[in-house]
Amino acid sequence: MQTSDLPDIEIRPDTAFRMLDARELWSYRELMYFLTWRDVKVRYKQTAIGIVWAVLQPVAMMLVFTLIFGRLAKMPSSGVPFSLFSLSGLLPWQLFSRAITESTNSLVTDQRLISRVYFPRIIVPIASVMAALVDFLIAATILFLLLVGYGLPLRVELIWMPLFMLLLILAALGVGFWLSALNVEYRDVTYTLPFLNQFWFFITPVVYPASLLPDRWRFVYALNPIAGVVEGFRWALFGIGTAPGSMLAASAVVSILLFCTGSMWFRRRERSFADAIGSGGR
Amino acid sequence: MMGDFAIRAEGLSKRYRLGKTVRYNALRDVLTDAMKAPFRAFKTRSNGTTDGLIWALKDLSFEIKQGDAVGIIGRNGAGKSTLLKILSRITAPTVGCARVRGRLASLLEVGTGFHPELSGRENIFLNGAILGMRRQEIARKFDAIVAFAEIDKFVDTPVKYYSSGMYVRLAFSVAAHLEPDILLVDEVLAVGDAAFQRKCLGKMGETSREGRTVLFVSHNLGAMSALTRTCVYIHRGQLMDFGETPSVVQRYLVENSSEQRSVGGVSRYRRDPYMETPLRINRVWVNEDSTEVPILQMGAKFSIFVEVEATKKIDGAGMDVALKDIHGQRIVVLFSWDNGFALSISSGRHIIQIDIEGLKLTPGRYFADVGVNQTTVTRAYDVILDYPLFEIINQGQVPQWLDRPWGAIHWQEVEWKLR
Repeated sequence: MQTSDLPDIEIRPDTAFRMLDARELWSYRELMYFLTWRDVKVRYKQTAIGIVWAVLQPVAMMLVFTLIFGRLAKMPSSGVPFSLFSLSGLLPWQLFSRAITESTNSLVTDQRLISRVYFPRIIVPIASVMAALVDFLIAATILFLLLVGYGLPLRVELIWMPLFMLLLILAALGVGFWLSALNVEYRDVTYTLPFLNQFWFFITPVVYPASLLPDRWRFVYALNPIAGVVEGFRWALFGIGTAPGSMLAASAVVSILLFCTGSMWFRRRERSFADAIGSGGR
Repeated sequence: MMGDFAIRAEGLSKRYRLGKTVRYNALRDVLTDAMKAPFRAFKTRSNGTTDGLIWALKDLSFEIKQGDAVGIIGRNGAGKSTLLKILSRITAPTVGCARVRGRLASLLEVGTGFHPELSGRENIFLNGAILGMRRQEIARKFDAIVAFAEIDKFVDTPVKYYSSGMYVRLAFSVAAHLEPDILLVDEVLAVGDAAFQRKCLGKMGETSREGRTVLFVSHNLGAMSALTRTCVYIHRGQLMDFGETPSVVQRYLVENSSEQRSVGGVSRYRRDPYMETPLRINRVWVNEDSTEVPILQMGAKFSIFVEVEATKKIDGAGMDVALKDIHGQRIVVLFSWDNGFALSISSGRHIIQIDIEGLKLTPGRYFADVGVNQTTVTRAYDVILDYPLFEIINQGQVPQWLDRPWGAIHWQEVEWKLR
């Protein structure tokens, strides 16, 4: 073999900020695939109904919300059946919520991998987010079945969906990078997470329409990128909520900011993960 | 060609903060640290101590040529694993740098990333990907991996139902089919039954003969001598020696035993000092307990005593004692099950006595590996390695020639006749 063909790696002490290395990530795409596949596969092993849980969980939540917020609290839903209204918020919310929960704990769960083998560490939280995305895609089929069931048309605005999804995933990755890297050193993050989840749920228009808020608060509200995404979902699906505009732009800026700062912070900390995390036992 | 090295290290150093490496931080600690910081800064300046810092590696420089098989030896905590972790980019050096040329795979344990819920087939793909194999490559080698592991019938069974032997065989089999340019291996042969260990050693020997660079940490000095031509000897993070394996191994064994031992204490020689175990070997001595390495006369019968301490009831365990010469070559392996002795004890301290007669060793220093296992395939309860056991001298047992070079390990009194 020619010496010049060989990869030539320089090992140096930690330096300052490093950006995401897209080329390296690409060369590790198969590992990313296998870790995602493992997360999806293992989650529903030893369950009787398997992947059906991915559908059952949001549907059960939808029924509870429809009963409590739709029937009892008479929450307005802009003329859309409350079940559809809440499900269209629940799906992106659950994707986000599951993604950040799983990715926050991902590095600690995979500490043996971290302390035994080299690979770009950022693959681990990315795989967690991708596994949540798989669940989302499965659950999304039920949304479309309901749409058809209620006789609602498939609107041309649905072509905006990939953009909303992209923003949602960028936000989930950004938060996942921040929290997973922090969690390696400060396990306090694990204990803060349920509260964070709950709080974030209430500032996201899942069980209520964003129009309930006074106008002057709308922009501040849009700084929650998930709110912008949920509004976008409802606009594309039903023609209610907010059409893409300043609110979505604010969401996009925040999502991208979260993603960039999160990946930079992660890259800065990643080489100390193995030392901080311990060996995970023999 | 001048620059045909595979690995070159220049002044490689790694500093750890004691206590912070294993325990994780809680925010509280950081806050209290910050509160104490002014005082600490003051304190550090006043007496000049570096607070809880330890150099796991200090200024290591060496060069390993492509195609070389190199061993790394050193006592526990000498920095061997840290070195492998830096070279495999798991952790970053504090100072210094290294260059690695070629596709590198590190094997710090076998079966990293194995998931108990997944089947053998699924784990082969997952583990292969983790070790850096391409999916196509794994698919191509799949049958060979299954055959080497001897698990054909169970390939679609979740590995949580595997016996520990099957699990280890599968894990090692995946690793053995790696084809990197450089392979780093850390003490992965500590598990598995003897026959499978031999098979693995053979496979690794193959690897190094194929022109691949292999860096190999092991406590099995015999395997080390068989597989490597050159050796790196590290002591307290510093490079002590780098050269031909036989001379480096000899220097290591001599220096390792030169420090006085504390009354039969074996803690310095423990393989897994941090492992939680229900049974620990406390002390090992010959004839009578003493801080000196005992001196025996050639051919004298002797007894080895091993004190163990159990925290729970142990039933039917086996103990093995291997005697090694100064080259790390094992001379005799004593295995309690072979002699119909199984260790069944209640919790507490117990002493096991092994009487040996008729073992006629030539003068020199001898070392022992002592282990206690429940079965041949599970990880040992405790293992003591390279423990300086005794020195044999010729005090007139063979009076004709007191200081002759022996050139052998055994001597035997026989009868000579002219016919």
